[in-house]
Amino acid sequence: MEITGNKKGKREFQQSLGFVALQMCLLAVIISLGVLLVFIFVKGIGVINPDFFIKFPEDGMSSGGIFPAILGTLLLSLVAVFFAVPMGVLTAVWLVEYSTSYKMVRILRIGINSLAGVPSIVFGLFGLAFFVKFMGFGPSLLSGGLSLGVLILPTVIRTSEEALLTVPVSFKEASLGLGATRWETVYRIILPNSISGILTGIILSVGRAAGETAPILMTGATFFTMRLPNSLFSEVMALPYHIYALMTEGTHPNQLAIAYGTAVVLMMLVLVINSIAIYIRIMARRARQW
Amino acid sequence: MSEEPKITVRNFNAYYSGKMALKDVNIDIPENKIMAMIGPSGCGKSTFLRSLNRMNDLIEGFTVTGGMMIDGKNIYDKDVDVTKLRRNVGMVFQKPNPFPKTIFENIAYGLKINKLCKSRDELSGKVEESLKEAGLWEEVKDELNKSAFALSGGQQQRLCIARAMVVRPEIILMDEPTASLDPISTAKIEELIQELKKSYTIVIVTHNMQQAARVADRTAFFMLGEMVEYSDTSVMFTKPEKKITEEYITGRFG
Amino acid sequence: MGIKDKGMRKNFIERMLGPIASMSLVFLLGIALTLIITGMPAFREVGVLKFIFGNEWRPTFDPPYFGIWPLIVASFIVTFGAILFAVPIGVASAIYTAEIASPGVRETIKPVMELLASIPSVVFGFFGIVFISPILQKVLGLPTGLNGLNAAIILGLMAVPTVASITEDAISAVSKDLRNASYALGANKWETIVKTVVPAAKSGIFTAVILGVSRAMGETMTVLMAAGGARGVPSSIFVPMRPMTATIAGEMGEAVIGSTHYHALFAIGFVLFAINVIFNLAAEYVKKGGNK
Repeated sequence: MEITGNKKGKREFQQSLGFVALQMCLLAVIISLGVLLVFIFVKGIGVINPDFFIKFPEDGMSSGGIFPAILGTLLLSLVAVFFAVPMGVLTAVWLVEYSTSYKMVRILRIGINSLAGVPSIVFGLFGLAFFVKFMGFGPSLLSGGLSLGVLILPTVIRTSEEALLTVPVSFKEASLGLGATRWETVYRIILPNSISGILTGIILSVGRAAGETAPILMTGATFFTMRLPNSLFSEVMALPYHIYALMTEGTHPNQLAIAYGTAVVLMMLVLVINSIAIYIRIMARRARQW
Repeated sequence: MSEEPKITVRNFNAYYSGKMALKDVNIDIPENKIMAMIGPSGCGKSTFLRSLNRMNDLIEGFTVTGGMMIDGKNIYDKDVDVTKLRRNVGMVFQKPNPFPKTIFENIAYGLKINKLCKSRDELSGKVEESLKEAGLWEEVKDELNKSAFALSGGQQQRLCIARAMVVRPEIILMDEPTASLDPISTAKIEELIQELKKSYTIVIVTHNMQQAARVADRTAFFMLGEMVEYSDTSVMFTKPEKKITEEYITGRFG
Repeated sequence: MGIKDKGMRKNFIERMLGPIASMSLVFLLGIALTLIITGMPAFREVGVLKFIFGNEWRPTFDPPYFGIWPLIVASFIVTFGAILFAVPIGVASAIYTAEIASPGVRETIKPVMELLASIPSVVFGFFGIVFISPILQKVLGLPTGLNGLNAAIILGLMAVPTVASITEDAISAVSKDLRNASYALGANKWETIVKTVVPAAKSGIFTAVILGVSRAMGETMTVLMAAGGARGVPSSIFVPMRPMTATIAGEMGEAVIGSTHYHALFAIGFVLFAINVIFNLAAEYVKKGGNK
């Protein structure tokens, strides 16, 4: 039996070639996305200073800061979270622990699945027709935030559901076996053991809400306002919309520099939010005992 | 039997989505005795056990007919509060299933949800007492705040027994409690079960006939959803009434 | 033994769960309903066939034309341009991550990919304008760098993480036994990957492709900023064009509420929604088929 040999044959050559090709593809992806990050960062870092964060835009958007846009984005995300989180998490609890009607579960699942991938602009249309017009909220922080809320709702439901389902049935049985009610079991055993997963899902959707433009385009974002929002019905500036507006409206050459700066701020915001979520998830997986 | 049985089961049928799982079961289980159920996989013994604390209610499409009485009260009556039933009928599962909490919190859980303690001291006292009864106190008294997952499988199972006992149920159900344990841990648990029957009525499902012979006062043999034979353990394992029982306990099938 | 029910079985929150879940459902289904109701007048006025296959989109002309064929063609051109390179690269990256990379590398790449997938689309559109456009203009000698190709490149870049992560899940799900069987026959790692693992994961990979397509087609800000925005039926990928999403986003601001233009934009939204649902159902169908 011949089992020795160190001659690299055709097959080994093929294998090395294949591995290198795959590696190149991965590198290409990471490099191109890296180029994007670095390019925008390098071009934008110049305008970033403390004033950029705390000042209003000045001279027709050609100088000053982007404070109202930062504030607007935070407020929009906040409204979205206030809407989507309680509703999404409780819907997930109902789906996983309480639902008895197969029909409704099925329809809800179909609704969640088909909406998770729907283009974000569609949520803008819905927001415009429903919140702005039908409910009469006008173009406002409320309409924009709620549109974003509906956008992240399917994600919140789905990630919460997945988190709830990771809790082993045996924990549930042990609790119920001791005479705990369903709610006590949910509240004391299931939620505490899935909270990090739920939280990760929520934070990821906040990141998504903060970066979305299309849903707020016609429901509440405005290019420029001298006033800070003083109620839910004020129109607000927002970081992503600000970038778009700077690139498409107005002609001052300095606007480009501001756009770069705004893009850096938005990217950092979203990347930090998502990093936190990913960090929580990694830590929770490590701490998990079962 | 002279005295009134603790559990009385009459013409009991159970179905999973209409499919029959238990057929016309009739059993009397005396108080402060150990009743073991044996039989091949899928014979209905676990279904029967889980009917006693209505754990099967969690399964979609599970229905029953007939009567299952504890102290004369049918536990499937409309006015029964399932949570109260389960507080009185404790359960120990096949695989040790401690909560991902500390050892102390695992035991305290049942006391807390059932609001059985007025003070912190009372709580600690009851936790200690129950760990002692389960023979675990000496092993864990210095690490009550450690995670229950740090314990060995056998210790975890004794913890689960302590957790079930601490709320002072009247009946304890055990679903193959030693199936996932090594022989030494198994011996400890069997010893513990013997000890427990002084205060509790115990119903145990086991795959292991020697275990039934060792621990049980009475044994029931189940097959294909029917209770084939039910008698004193000594009788069951020496001169069973039915041929099929004999074949099973002598290892000819199953 | 006291086991009688004293009532009080469900607390307030528990009682609210059902209604809240129903409300979620109302919102989720309400979106489709809103699109249909608000888009309906446009379909009725223009006619479904003329609306979808009409060659001219001139909503502000007198008389206006509401044919969205140029927009549909544009959407498909940028999408398929994107997919053409996102799929091979995404699948290759996933294979590398799942099969070849060391565990350490794998654990690093996954979150990095996830982070890259979270970069807002407006930033990608911005990058298309300021970085890719000048390059395309110079290298290809085009009158403008804002065109279908630009949008396709960026959409492709955005779709890669989606394609890669779903593909990776599919590949990781292939059982170890199958791999061992291949190794035991004397195959090397490469042969095992190409001949055994990838074929076994092909329905998952196909799902990844479909979802990548649907993500690219629904992307709004990127194409609004980078595709150029011309209204005609695009003759090739190198000319400016106006995909459906860009049309809605770009024109909603100027459409008079209640006008045919306004309704027509909702109708485009409905067409997009329908295409998306079809893609998702297809993905679901493929996934189910693969699990058999």
